[in-house]
Amino acid sequence: MRLFIGVIGLYLVAALALPLGLMLAKSLQGPKEEFVGLANYVRYFSTPALFQSIGNSLWVSILSTIITVPLAFVYAYALTRSRMPFRGFFKTVALVPILVPSLLPGLALVYLFGNQGLLKGALLGHSIYGPIGIVMAEVFTTFPHALLIILAALALADARLYEAAVALRASRPKIFWTVTLPGARYGLISATFVVFTTVVTDFGAPKVIGGQYNVLATDVYKQVIGQQNFQMGAVVSVILLVPAIFAFMVDRMVRRRQVALLSARAVPYEPKPQRLFDLLMLGYCVVTGLAILSIVAISQFAAVVKFFPYNLTLTTAHYDFDQKGGGGWASYYNSIRLAFLTGVIGTVVVFAGAYLVEKARGFALGRGIFHFLAMLPMAVPGLVLGLAYIFFFNAPANPLNVLYRTMAILVINTIVHFYTVGHLTALTALRQMDPEFETVSASLKQPFYRTFWRVTVPVCLPSTLDIAIYMFVNAMTTVSGVVFIYGPKTELASISVLNMDDTGEIASAAAMAMMIFYTNVAARMLHLLLARWLTLRTQAWRQR
Amino acid sequence: MGKALRREVGAEEVRRRVTTPYLRISRLTKKFGAFTALDDISLEIVEGEFVCFLGPSGCGKTTLLRAIAGLDIQTTGRIEQNGRDISALPPTKRDFGIVFQSYALFPNLTAARNVAYGLENARVPRAELARRVLELLDLMGLAAHGNKYPAQLSGGQQQRVALARALATSPGLLLLDEPLSALDAKVRVHLRHEIKQLQRRLRVTTIMVTHDQEEALTMADRIVVMNLGAIEQIGTPLEIYREPASPFVADFIGVMNFVAGTVVHDGAVRLGRTELACDVDGLADGTDVTLAIRPEDIEIHDAGRSAPNALAMRVDALAFLGSFFRADLSGETTPGVLLRADLPVEMVRRRGITEKSILSVLLPPERIRVYPGSAANR
Repeated sequence: MRLFIGVIGLYLVAALALPLGLMLAKSLQGPKEEFVGLANYVRYFSTPALFQSIGNSLWVSILSTIITVPLAFVYAYALTRSRMPFRGFFKTVALVPILVPSLLPGLALVYLFGNQGLLKGALLGHSIYGPIGIVMAEVFTTFPHALLIILAALALADARLYEAAVALRASRPKIFWTVTLPGARYGLISATFVVFTTVVTDFGAPKVIGGQYNVLATDVYKQVIGQQNFQMGAVVSVILLVPAIFAFMVDRMVRRRQVALLSARAVPYEPKPQRLFDLLMLGYCVVTGLAILSIVAISQFAAVVKFFPYNLTLTTAHYDFDQKGGGGWASYYNSIRLAFLTGVIGTVVVFAGAYLVEKARGFALGRGIFHFLAMLPMAVPGLVLGLAYIFFFNAPANPLNVLYRTMAILVINTIVHFYTVGHLTALTALRQMDPEFETVSASLKQPFYRTFWRVTVPVCLPSTLDIAIYMFVNAMTTVSGVVFIYGPKTELASISVLNMDDTGEIASAAAMAMMIFYTNVAARMLHLLLARWLTLRTQAWRQR
Repeated sequence: MGKALRREVGAEEVRRRVTTPYLRISRLTKKFGAFTALDDISLEIVEGEFVCFLGPSGCGKTTLLRAIAGLDIQTTGRIEQNGRDISALPPTKRDFGIVFQSYALFPNLTAARNVAYGLENARVPRAELARRVLELLDLMGLAAHGNKYPAQLSGGQQQRVALARALATSPGLLLLDEPLSALDAKVRVHLRHEIKQLQRRLRVTTIMVTHDQEEALTMADRIVVMNLGAIEQIGTPLEIYREPASPFVADFIGVMNFVAGTVVHDGAVRLGRTELACDVDGLADGTDVTLAIRPEDIEIHDAGRSAPNALAMRVDALAFLGSFFRADLSGETTPGVLLRADLPVEMVRRRGITEKSILSVLLPPERIRVYPGSAANR
């Protein structure tokens, strides 16, 4: 087993630890790779054009968080505490932004509020290109993430607390402030930090709609792609790591406390119908849901008409990707290949890694280091990881540099980029199994891999599928992780969206972004069918 | 040596086995950091014996079992099984079957597949394998349930599947880690009997860890009573109950009265102003001792007639426990002496014993155990 831990551990070291370490080193080097100490940092902080971005990043992140978390809270409250109709449908609608690249809301906002936009007047003379557009796009992107966390927190409500409060004749507002909010406290804190981190590290929205408003993520891109100043790119990356790691650590601490709440034996809360309240909640969800859907609908509509909103003649011209600035249809097929390979290989690697961490005996130090490496990607923004890959895999001395600009490096990068969530999902599934399975197998003289294959894998199959679809969807939508390391033959759909937007082919960019959306919807549906079929075939034992 | 075993296999056979123990544990110590979980344990178990490790939680009984299985290798010491030194072997290289409190049945495999699990890659022909699985299920009274998944079986059935799985490979040693603790009381009593019968029939050397003294007393040929990582006493259930080697064992097994006294001379201990006759086990005159006697060993004497070892005691409380009364007694002439006595229902009725009755209580000398040290700390 140590051998297997070593192999997967080596993967995380080569694909995560070494590149990041090298990037830290680069930030301390001059243009000729000589050691210059903190000179790059000194230059960064004495150049207002650069360090201004820190303030800009923090400003849009805080603003987006302040808007998203309450919006998501009310939505989650409506889904869990009201008896309004169509709750399942509204939950599905709210999760739509997960399936699209973060570039898409930017494109839609350009159509709505851009210089020739339909609703330009609504901004009262302000430009959508800048903090306003970034915040609007980020609210769209982060909404489902915040919603899922808060939903999980609200689902923990203990009906007995509400009954006790009612028995003590507490008013409804008082119950809300003394029972509901404290119960969801950790969920709200966690959602706050997740939204904040996502916005600080997001590259898609500010790239498309940020205009002249510089943030840290776009600075990394500009330093590396625009000015080829890799050292300064590394400096900005390190600065970008600081808020991400801080938020990550706070979030981990908070989540650990939420677990303690979970273990208490609670009686699930069942809301009672209240006409007015349910109607209000339904109204809120309709408005919010429409806003989400309209972003997607505008993108699709603009993609199939000649020139939105002035010439609404239907056309397929925008789908002629091969004639546009991006990577053509080939990039779409590349994306599917990447998503498929990441889903399959990533699931195997992640699950095997989690199994070894959880089930191996002894070798505590090795397992501890492994677990740390598995948790690290959560705190590493995609752009930072991508830049680190340039340094590591493009180094002539590195024998792995044959991978540079291949599909293989994209797969390696994407698996690492989304490693943590898969790792945690697998750990949760594994921890629900009896810890003595391995002991019994040993007493029956069975090698551990046989029990792994005969028992562990079948029992954990539903979670395994969840990891696979998570990897697939994220591989389809990611921009930041791969933007530095794709090659001429491995351009991806999301990168094409970026490049077509850059060359002004906005309708084609929207068309491609929607292709990603439909692919993810199809993958989700396939996942659902597959999960149902496999459950019938292999999970018969779950029925009593 | 276990009396039950002696009856079963004959004295000659026992003598042969006693000379070559099946499992020999010598000077075993296990440390977790600064904590000593097992402290210099030595123990021999003969073939076919049923031994219980009994003790309160944290006494080291499970640690000892896991050391025997190779799951937690000891810090120092030696374990031999069937003449082979297995001290450093991993679990897969040892010869044992194990059953856990949680059953640890593979949830995605049927009962039959669970039982077959250990046979499947042992190069057993398919037909032979199916026959063996059926035989085992039948043995456990589960022939009709082979195709059910664990979740579809009751707790008792699941435990029997776990037992069948452990026995499938015909291990030389069967380890049971609190196998009955998760079951409800009725099923537990029933399975106790079944496991014991099965063990006798198969004559597989068995070690069971339990914290339930009743379980140990009814099932074991010998009981190993453990406390704080050390062995307090090894003996047959009757020995452990009748002649507990230490106050800990006396207190842990069954109900025991403890009274403080002082040795007067060989064969006599002073309790207040009264002297009691008992075997002082060679303790010097003037030694502070603790006397121990079981509630059911206390006799009620006809009042008025004086007798040795009789104490006048008053009934403070009388609790009806179904088959007997438990009386709380306090000394009339020996203040501070408190005893609990189990009195037959019939006698209580015949003598008209009620609360506040004064009784002449007889403590039979051969039933009194004497331990050095004062009882004050108990």
